[in-house]
Amino acid sequence: MPTLTIDGIQVTVEPGTTVLQACELAGKEIPRFCYHERLTIAGNCRMCLVEQEKAPKPIASCAMPAADNMVIKTDTPLVKKAREGVMEFLLINHPLDCPICDQGGECDLQDQSMGYGKGSSRYDENKRAVTDKYMGPLIETVMTRCIQCTRCIRFAQEVAGVPELGAIGRGEDMQITTYLEQAMTSELSGNVIDLCPVGALTSKPYAFTARAWELRKTESIDAMDAVGANIRVDVRGREVMRVLPRLNEDVNEEWLSDKSRFAYDGLRNRRLDRPYVRKNGKLQEASWAEAFAAIAAHVKGLQGSQIAAIAGDMACTESMTALKDLMGKLGSTNLDCRQDGAQIDPSNRAGYLFNSGIAGIDEADAILIVGSNPRREAALINARLRKRYLTGKVKIALIGADQPQLTYKYEYLGAGAATLKDIAEGKHAFAEVLKGAQKPMLILGQGAIARADGAAVLALAKQAADSLGLVKDGWNGFNMLHTAAARVGALDLGFVPGQGGKDVAGILAGAQSGEIKAVWLLGADEIDTSKLGSAFVIYQGSHGDAGAKRADVILPGAAYVEKDATWVNTEGRVQLGRRAAAPPGDAREDWSIIRAVSEPLGHKLPYDNLGMLRRRMLELAPHFSGVDKRSSAAWGGAFGTAGAVTDAPFASTVADFFLTNPIARASATMAECSALARGAAQPKTGTHD
Amino acid sequence: MLQDKDRIFTNLYGQQSWRLEAARKRGDWDNTKAILDKGQDWIIDEMKKSGLRGRGGAGFPTGMKWSFMPKQSDGRPSYLVVNADEGEPGTCKDRDMMRHDPHKLIEGCLVAGFAMRAVAAYIYIRGEFFREAENLQGAIDEAYAAGLIGKNACGSGFDFDVYIHRGAGAYICGEETALIESLEGKKGQPRLKPPFPANMGVWGCPTTVNNVESIAVAPTILRRGGEWFAGIGRPNNTGTKVFCISGHVNKPCNVEEEMGIPLKELIEKHAGGVRGGWDNLLAVIPGGSSVPLLPKSICDDVLMDFDSLRAQRSGLGTAAVIVMDKSTDVVRAIARLSKFYKHESCGQCTPCREGTGWMWRVMERLVQGKAEKREIDMLLEVTTQVEGHTICALGDAAAWPIQGLIRHFRGEIERRIDAYHTGAPVLPAAAE
Repeated sequence: MPTLTIDGIQVTVEPGTTVLQACELAGKEIPRFCYHERLTIAGNCRMCLVEQEKAPKPIASCAMPAADNMVIKTDTPLVKKAREGVMEFLLINHPLDCPICDQGGECDLQDQSMGYGKGSSRYDENKRAVTDKYMGPLIETVMTRCIQCTRCIRFAQEVAGVPELGAIGRGEDMQITTYLEQAMTSELSGNVIDLCPVGALTSKPYAFTARAWELRKTESIDAMDAVGANIRVDVRGREVMRVLPRLNEDVNEEWLSDKSRFAYDGLRNRRLDRPYVRKNGKLQEASWAEAFAAIAAHVKGLQGSQIAAIAGDMACTESMTALKDLMGKLGSTNLDCRQDGAQIDPSNRAGYLFNSGIAGIDEADAILIVGSNPRREAALINARLRKRYLTGKVKIALIGADQPQLTYKYEYLGAGAATLKDIAEGKHAFAEVLKGAQKPMLILGQGAIARADGAAVLALAKQAADSLGLVKDGWNGFNMLHTAAARVGALDLGFVPGQGGKDVAGILAGAQSGEIKAVWLLGADEIDTSKLGSAFVIYQGSHGDAGAKRADVILPGAAYVEKDATWVNTEGRVQLGRRAAAPPGDAREDWSIIRAVSEPLGHKLPYDNLGMLRRRMLELAPHFSGVDKRSSAAWGGAFGTAGAVTDAPFASTVADFFLTNPIARASATMAECSALARGAAQPKTGTHD
Repeated sequence: MLQDKDRIFTNLYGQQSWRLEAARKRGDWDNTKAILDKGQDWIIDEMKKSGLRGRGGAGFPTGMKWSFMPKQSDGRPSYLVVNADEGEPGTCKDRDMMRHDPHKLIEGCLVAGFAMRAVAAYIYIRGEFFREAENLQGAIDEAYAAGLIGKNACGSGFDFDVYIHRGAGAYICGEETALIESLEGKKGQPRLKPPFPANMGVWGCPTTVNNVESIAVAPTILRRGGEWFAGIGRPNNTGTKVFCISGHVNKPCNVEEEMGIPLKELIEKHAGGVRGGWDNLLAVIPGGSSVPLLPKSICDDVLMDFDSLRAQRSGLGTAAVIVMDKSTDVVRAIARLSKFYKHESCGQCTPCREGTGWMWRVMERLVQGKAEKREIDMLLEVTTQVEGHTICALGDAAAWPIQGLIRHFRGEIERRIDAYHTGAPVLPAAAE
């Protein structure tokens, strides 16, 4: 391992470390614009120049590999002069419009000009102006501010896997643009905003709405998909102004999908901000007391088997615990969280987790994706798959109805269960690949099991896992990819049919036949509400979506960023979301609503605050105590039911990435993105005319 | 003064045919197999003995460069790339070599490629050199047909291919790593070094990039021996060199001469002298547009080789001698060069992208005298902020002409500024 001296400090670093990284290990901060840990090295901003003894000129520390006996100096007059020179060059054509720039206050150029900039300019010539480029509904561009660091280009090419951003022109006329000035066709495009060190690429929905320093920042968890990305919610007053990713190497690294980042305007639209009760066929505003009275009038006296509850995809574990307890007290076992009808076996935890962990993808050397389009279902996991693919150390294959454009190459094996069966029985060529792999991986999407023969498909997957050695010492390559943030938590808590209870299909059938007389929808909007028959429907949730439309009583709840809540992601990682904003109007945190209803129903729940509720949650699922940890499950036993499978191809359950939940459906930004993705016309920009 | 018997490029002026038959009469392809039979180590050793320094401008010892190539392949093939993207203003030597003597280059590719264990040579030729590319391709076809290259080249048992790739008109693609990027089909932007091309070049494989002249002289050196080549010129600056003399001389020409020939002798003997006589000389840019100019006082006795010119804070570069007589508006001439570098900067790294434009704009004002005197020092400081801070040498190339101008003609610049401020501005004359 090379040992080098940095400003008199000896450091020993791993081979392959750059001088810049070595300097950081020695505690020396090196200014930079183009360098980014997760992107390839461009070495073009020249801000990180340091002095190397015996070298004729200063070296770019970001690009220079650390070598034995190097002597590096980072604080000599030569280094200072070099950096001041580069800073001056960066500023001569920069508009210096910080007061009206959205990046102001969190701008790398602004910060570093404090250290290396001069107070005045020697540049007497005209400044450069650059035409702004259209980059879609998410990214605002002010290209005159661009310092050509090319981080965005490298992100698009390397991480997002869409080579649509590039530089045209030469010298001082070099400009960054998307191909033909179209929106990026990536689910991760918003990350270029974070990467841009200046205000050239900023958030279009956030444009001119707030200054960075007047926002209250709360660390929370995303609930738009089952990845459980770590987010920071920036709020002014009671309004969410923007959502940003937080660093978590094991989950989202530092990326965030566009839906998670930009759907926040949906938090302002179509909100349920007061209770409603249906009178004479019409939903009318009501007080909490009136709503509770209506519920008591209809539910009290019903038998347990006549009552049912369905939890939605964004329900938090706290509210599901309370609802499960309430249903238990009412004597009902008809509860389910699998709106899509996925035939998951809740009794075997290893059978429904992404067992290898998201970070496990970084080690996998053979991956079989079954019935899933990870790009639409979990864009960040797809980015991780691409990252692994780029190392060239993995073979990826896919079974599914169509051959989606993922951001990596894969071998298409077939459409449905027959192919999976061949593989499970070792008759398929790819079975040998999995068998021969050190860390083989199967990713089972909901598209393969959310169907009538789902249990049989699940059994096939289990058979494949066992026969092909997907599970071995220190490695469990059986991975279920969920699409709902609530799903794993609900399964862990047992929000599934109890003894003699009905699942979602059973509940809907029961409601139609009149067997079930009352249904509690906890944010459940993805079911076919027309099949609820004449049942009395209580809808508890945040948005006026499908469920609320059919409801007889509406209880206004909080959205995911408006409550302290626990989430469990697809890999079984328990994470705490924190309340960033207050729910609007009369809306309340969901568990407290259920707790309040329990009294008029005559079954008062035994918790008066969140702490007491969480203690109860720990009784149901003790592993919830391990916050931020991935609680793995032991492999063993059986799951799925062996049986006949149909020829129907495995279709992904997510048809439109941008419109998967009530918040996204209420978001104007997401509507625009969705329209664009469906091929709607793009606006013309100045350079087209 | 070079004797005719020591001349390498015997058809530099195209008086004979460029085709294989004529080339053979001039001695090309004469028992090339015998050279190859002596082995790679012998060839590289002989090149080292010759003291040949790269003819593309930087003057790196060619034999040593070849020796950096891996002796044992790790599975990747090695490549020879010939830099025929001759774009340095004032330089036109490679062009004539390819037009009139293409077989020298092709034979050079074979021996050089053999010495570095390359599987193929790519000749990256400047896009504007259309006829030259035609001749070169014609010569390659002839060589293939005659079994001189291709499978079992010259009967040596060595397989070697030669391809032409035509550039699309960017000066920066003459920088070796930008050339490699361009050859790979990417935007021509220089790469960071390390890794050096000998490690990671074209398509990530070991590569050596050589100038046309460096490769074309190799067969003759190997035939006549490194000692012969080393005996011409001065120590550390050996051999013959093709000089391109242009500008205010009576007979602009390309001429092969001994390294270290006095500049005055070169101009008077081969180019018919300076227009209006030696005393009418103002300045000379001795090595292509990117090196600092030399005023007449230095030109009187400077020798034309790497070390002598370096001692005068200029450089031999590509040996493109640009002569300017006293009718020249020297400030405007350098401003035009600044515009060229601003136009040709790739835009990748900050100092060059921003600095070349800044320098050009100030230069344009200095031409009219529309500036303050303190701006001369500011301009000089800007050039030092660019110089040595960039990925490739284009930043240096843009800075040096201005540094040369200020070093030797500061008085002229100040005179213009004074004239402008007194209301009698100097009218710019033609730079040509």
